[in-house]
Formats: sequence, structure tokens, C-alpha cells
Amino acid sequence: MRRRPNLLAGLGSSLWLVLVGFPLYVLLISTFRTRADYSSKGPLTFPSELTLQNYVDDFSNGFGQDFLNTLLVTLCVVAIVLLVVPPLAYAIVRARGRTIGTVFRIFLLGLAIPAQAVIVPMFYVISKAGLYDNLLGVILPTAAFCLPVCTLVLTGAMRDITNELYEAMAMDGATPWRVFWQLVVPLSRGGLSSVVVFAALQAWNGFLFPLILTQSDSTKVITLGLYDFQTEHGVDVPGLLSAVVLSMLPIFIVYLFARRALIQGLMGVGGK
Amino acid sequence: MSALSHMSGSVGRLRAEGRTGVGVTRPGLAWAVPATVFFLLFAIVPLALVAVLSFTSWNGVDAPRFNGLANWTSLLHDPVMTQSVRLTLVLTVAGAVVQTPVSILLGVWAAGHQRNRAVLSAIFFIPLLLSATAVSVVWRAVLDPNFGVPSQMEWLFGDGNLMGSQAGALAVLTFVGMWQWTPMHALLYQGGARAIPRVLYQAAAIDGAGKVRQFLHITLPQLRNTMITSVILMLVGGLTTFDTVLILTQGGPGTDTTNSAFYMYRRAFKSFDFGEGSAIALVLVMVATLVSLAVVRLSGYDRMRSTSEGL
Repeated sequence: MRRRPNLLAGLGSSLWLVLVGFPLYVLLISTFRTRADYSSKGPLTFPSELTLQNYVDDFSNGFGQDFLNTLLVTLCVVAIVLLVVPPLAYAIVRARGRTIGTVFRIFLLGLAIPAQAVIVPMFYVISKAGLYDNLLGVILPTAAFCLPVCTLVLTGAMRDITNELYEAMAMDGATPWRVFWQLVVPLSRGGLSSVVVFAALQAWNGFLFPLILTQSDSTKVITLGLYDFQTEHGVDVPGLLSAVVLSMLPIFIVYLFARRALIQGLMGVGGK
Repeated sequence: MSALSHMSGSVGRLRAEGRTGVGVTRPGLAWAVPATVFFLLFAIVPLALVAVLSFTSWNGVDAPRFNGLANWTSLLHDPVMTQSVRLTLVLTVAGAVVQTPVSILLGVWAAGHQRNRAVLSAIFFIPLLLSATAVSVVWRAVLDPNFGVPSQMEWLFGDGNLMGSQAGALAVLTFVGMWQWTPMHALLYQGGARAIPRVLYQAAAIDGAGKVRQFLHITLPQLRNTMITSVILMLVGGLTTFDTVLILTQGGPGTDTTNSAFYMYRRAFKSFDFGEGSAIALVLVMVATLVSLAVVRLSGYDRMRSTSEGL
């Protein structure tokens, strides 16, 4: 096929580059200027002097605690998902009978439930369970709402394992337990990594459940920290934006080194 | 050895065909129990409870009391509720209308083989990495009329108070939604565009079709199924938009950008009228489900028409 420079495409992509790059430039450059500099000279000009003070201040404002809370929530959500989803997906793909089909349909139905729709009863359930303002009360619903996508991804990956492999293992008299560990888990590694990334991102970026289900500084996660920062010290834009940069730093590092895995996890599609 | 295992393998298959399950061990239902119980407890039970709570009066502290249809009749006569439904529809439709063309173009572009494509698309998809909270917080700072960009670019923004009027605030919400979600939909379209068989383009090129005609007559029709998936995601996402509204406009000016999801939050967690909040939530669930079903029906997606017919 002929290749010639496509002016329209070039123009369009440059426009998007500006649209994406512009706020990111403002975001990054503002974090290195002083508050006074930001208020007097605005976000666009280059700062007269560069400072790291905003980042230091974030940590004295409790960002470290928020960071650790978020990390804990993320690790626990990923752990729960890894604990329950692979056996479930294995059963969906391999078990016989009607019941398992019904189970699968329940999880598919779950794909259509927006978290916004259940926050009121979630508040009720979590309060009744005595988990209000407790990180566990954030972890459990967050993990539950990861299950539909994770199940879909992992069953997709497991369906690719051929029947011959199962038969070969059956010849050796393998129990379902051994089949699971020696065949299913190793061969669905791509799907598992997507599931981990998806769950981790849901937990790391989650806002609604922490907003409704926690209130103290000691249980605050990063997203809630950003929201509170803005409502309480809205004028300290450099401080706020440096907290935004810190909040996305871990994801950005993964993006740099494992872009494919991250994007597949983000999209909730199985890695193959 | 390998021949033996091959033979015994086919024996196993024969037996399995005769009497299901013999020879190949299958997991029991017990494997599905932990996930199912967990999911029922923290997703399905709350979903059922939202329906129950919508017929109660509950202030969040005392036990909920049944009050019949009181929440529903009061919502029916609540002008803010009516307005919120209208605003939800406006924001949802505007979001899909703005995001679809942009993400198709971006996705098709990203599926190509231009120079610098890899580097550029790495930058293009950065908005994906930010949480909805971070996106809203950043744009609110950027668009601040006094200290943000508008104060320095009066030729473009006028007095700069973009979120001071209803039209401006809705435009900002739509724009920020586009900024946040376009990359994800573009990735969907990129996947769809890469799956289009090259022969179609080669045949079109032989017939003398230019780039634009190839795009209109091959790329777009071939992206049909991707488009349906993407539009459903946009509509359901649009109906439940919450974070952006909370952080960017707080539903204002006045109640001019109070969509249903935000109104539910306000009724339940600010006015402590959890019964009414639940009723709004139930409306949201039903509308979201109906919309997805309608799109699937109208587009014939449920009949799963393949785009590779006749190839």
C-alpha cells in the first residue's frame, strides 16, 4: 500500500497531544513552584525558582499515612481477589451441571451494577457489621466489585487450556487440587496478571467507598486525601498538585516498565 | 512413551464420552463457594437492600421504618429530581456524542504504523493512569477563574468563570469526562481496528478508494461491534457520573449540574434521607440496565452479527 503523510491524522493527533499535554504540564510545573509564585504569576509561566518544598509539606500534612492506608487496602483487595477468583473461574470452566452456569450468570449480572447504586445499602451493611471507619470496611466492598471483571478475564484465559492437557493429568490420577495448581494456575498466568493489575488499580484509585465508609485521618486513603485537601486548603494549589503527582507515581512507574500488562489490566482484558 | 500416553489419552476420551466425567476429574461446586458467598454478601445483598430501603424512612442512625410509597411520591413531585434526570440524560448523551468520534479517530490512528506512534500513544494514554478524583482535582485547579489558566488566557476564556453558568459548567463536565475517558475507548477501538482484515483495504485501494472513503466504508462498518461495547460503557458510565460532579461543580451553580447520582449522594449523605437516596439509586440501576439492554437490542448485537460475513 502507498504510504504518504496523512495531514488530517497529523493535525488531529497534534491537537490531542496539546489537550493531554497542557494540563499535565501545568500539573507538573506547578508542583515545583512556591505558593506565592503560583498565585502571583499563574500556572503557565516558568517558575522563577524551583522548589521541592511542596512534596515535603505533603508528607507533613499526612500524605505518608494516606499512602500506607491505600497500599494496605490495595494489597488486601488483590489478596482477596487472588484467593477467591481463580478457584471460581476453574469451577466455571470445568465443573459440570446447571448450578455453575447460574453462578456465572450472577457474576455477569454484577458487571452491570454500578457502585454508585449500592452505596446507601453498603453504608447500612458496613455500619451494621461494625466496620464503619475501618479499612476492612473499604477493602471488602472494593474487592467484591472487582470480582465480575476479574472472573470474566480469568475464565477467558482458562478456557484456552486444551482438554488434552486435562486428560493427560487425569491419566496420572491427579485430583482437582493438583490439576488446579500444576495445570490451571501456571497456564493462566497472563490472565492472572491482568486480574492483579485491574484489582490493584480499582483499589488504588477507588474514591466512592472510602468517601462513604470512612471519616478519620487514620483511615484516609489517597483519593480521599486529595478531595479533603482541595476542600480544606483549596488555595494551596502547588501542594495539592504535588499530592496528585505522588498519588499517581506508583502507577506511572508500572506504566513505564510494564505498559502492556498495565493497559490490559486497566481495560479488564485477559493477557494472552 | 508418548505414543502410549497418546493412546491412553484417546481411550480416556472414549470413556469420557460414554460416561461423562469418568477419567477426567472435575472440580466440584465447592470451588465456587467462597467467591460466590463473598459476592452475594457485598454486591447482591446491597442491591436487593436498595430496593427495600427505598420504601423506608431512615436517617442513618435509628432503624429504618417502612413508609410505603412516601419516598417515591415525594421524588415524583421534587423539581430537583426531575431536573436531575434531565441533566443526567444531557450529560450522558453529550458524553457519548463527544467521546465517540474522538476515540474512534484516536483509536484508528493508534492502530496504524506511523512514525513515533509508540512514543506518542504512550503520552496520549496518560489520563488513564489518573484516578477520577485526581483528574477532577487537576482540572479544577487548571480552570480556576482567579489562579488558574483562564486568568492568563483572557483572549480565550473571557472573564474565566467557566463554571459560573449552567451551560459553562455542563461543558466543563463533558470536556473533563472526554479527557478522562477517551483514552480507554480509544484503546477499545485500537483493538477493533487492528482486527480488521487487511485484504479489505487492499481491495478498496485497487478499486481506487482514498483514505477517507476507506475509513468511511471499511473502518467504520467494521468497528460496529466495538462501537456498541464502547457506547454501552459510555452510557452506563455517564448515567452514574459522580466524582467529577462532586469535585468540579458540587452540583452547582445552584442545582444546575445536580445529576441523579450526585442528588442521591446529597439526599442520603448530606440531608440524611437515606430512604429517598435509595429510591434515586434504584431508578439509576433500572435506567442503566434498560439502556444497556436497549442498545444491545436496537443494534442487533444480541443476534451477534459478525462483521466478517462474506469474507
